[in-house]
Amino acid sequence: MPEEVMSLGSPAGQFNEELLIRRIRDGEHDLFYELIRPYERRVYSAALAILRNEADAEDAAQEAVLKAYKHIRQFRAEARFSTWLIQIAVNEARMRKRKEHAHMIEPIVDHQDEEGNYTPRDFADWREIPSETLERKEVRQILAEALASLGEKYREVFVLRDMQHLSIEETARALGITTASVKTRLLRARLMLRDLLAPGLGGNWSSKLSFAKGTKPW
Amino acid sequence: MVVNCEHVWREISNYLEGDIEPNLRAAIEEHFRGCKHCTAVLDGTRNVIQLYGDERMVEVPLGFSHRLHRRLEENMASGRRSFLGWMVAAAAAILVAGGFEMGRSSVFSHPELRSEHAQPGSGVPPNMMVVVSEEGKTFHVPGCPFIHDKARLRTIAAREAIREGYAPCVRCMRKYLSASLISPSASADSEAQVSGSGNPNLRIKRG
Repeated sequence: MPEEVMSLGSPAGQFNEELLIRRIRDGEHDLFYELIRPYERRVYSAALAILRNEADAEDAAQEAVLKAYKHIRQFRAEARFSTWLIQIAVNEARMRKRKEHAHMIEPIVDHQDEEGNYTPRDFADWREIPSETLERKEVRQILAEALASLGEKYREVFVLRDMQHLSIEETARALGITTASVKTRLLRARLMLRDLLAPGLGGNWSSKLSFAKGTKPW
Repeated sequence: MVVNCEHVWREISNYLEGDIEPNLRAAIEEHFRGCKHCTAVLDGTRNVIQLYGDERMVEVPLGFSHRLHRRLEENMASGRRSFLGWMVAAAAAILVAGGFEMGRSSVFSHPELRSEHAQPGSGVPPNMMVVVSEEGKTFHVPGCPFIHDKARLRTIAAREAIREGYAPCVRCMRKYLSASLISPSASADSEAQVSGSGNPNLRIKRG
């Protein structure tokens, strides 16, 4: 689990954060760097989940952080700062996406009926994952491509919940949807990714990776 | 309770989240013991969560943090600058207000002009000696051929002439008028005075 997640979960981490925010509001603006440092990656990955383009995601992430700085007085302590910050990043990325009409090139899977049952397409055995697998850039690349192929509503839920480790409730709040929708989309996203990545299925693996021909990466 | 494959797939996410009733959990686990397909789906889904949940999956572009901090720094600096600018503007406003009070009798105030069509001019050196006539409306440099009523002339400092409502002569004092005459803030009257044209020659002819 990432270090920042652990520190956030602790009451001490939460307290330090509240203290930092209070001091920033009182004029110690430079402390804002310290406040956002643990979340830089999350802000970026939330924006990337929506925009699917590194340069756009970086720009949106920067803009989101600047907005958080400008509006730090509007932050209410009942929410976690990280959720608030990611919410800003999600809104910023969505706004940019709307402007660019990028929804016109959404993949077909985005139009699937969210409420309908999803039937797994492959039942290949996929039991072990050596942790060193992720050291291989090509594996990370394949995983990133599989994620990028999901429709936006599945991708953003999956990124916030399973990659950024937000709770179901926090994910719902950040995206402005119900917890029931989060659960439905999360299930669909996980099953679709499993289908895309399960050995024995998926053109990506067999065409790009040598281990696909007989030797599994895990 | 007995569950089928479709039921298991619907609940597999909740099962992995631990968000499931004990009875249903027991039934699903019983199903897994006899169904290889559902076990494969369970293992695969768990692997997906485990793989993507690894922090190595979130890669930020090289230099991302540096660029972010630089942009924040610029923003904070411009915020400080605008705060400073606000302070300077506020101080300037106070000075201007104070100056206005002090300057009611100074060259920088513009009392009501003797001619409603005249322009107050700008940048006239306050200590420059100028000539005015009692009945005239404008002040001139000594020797200006357009001085009227030469019998009742007074030579005074420009600041005094302005305070008394005299306006610069459009001929001999032209250089102090042109700026204000062609400025967008010039009044309709002043535009009438220059025949609606920015051509300074026309102003001289009509003055």
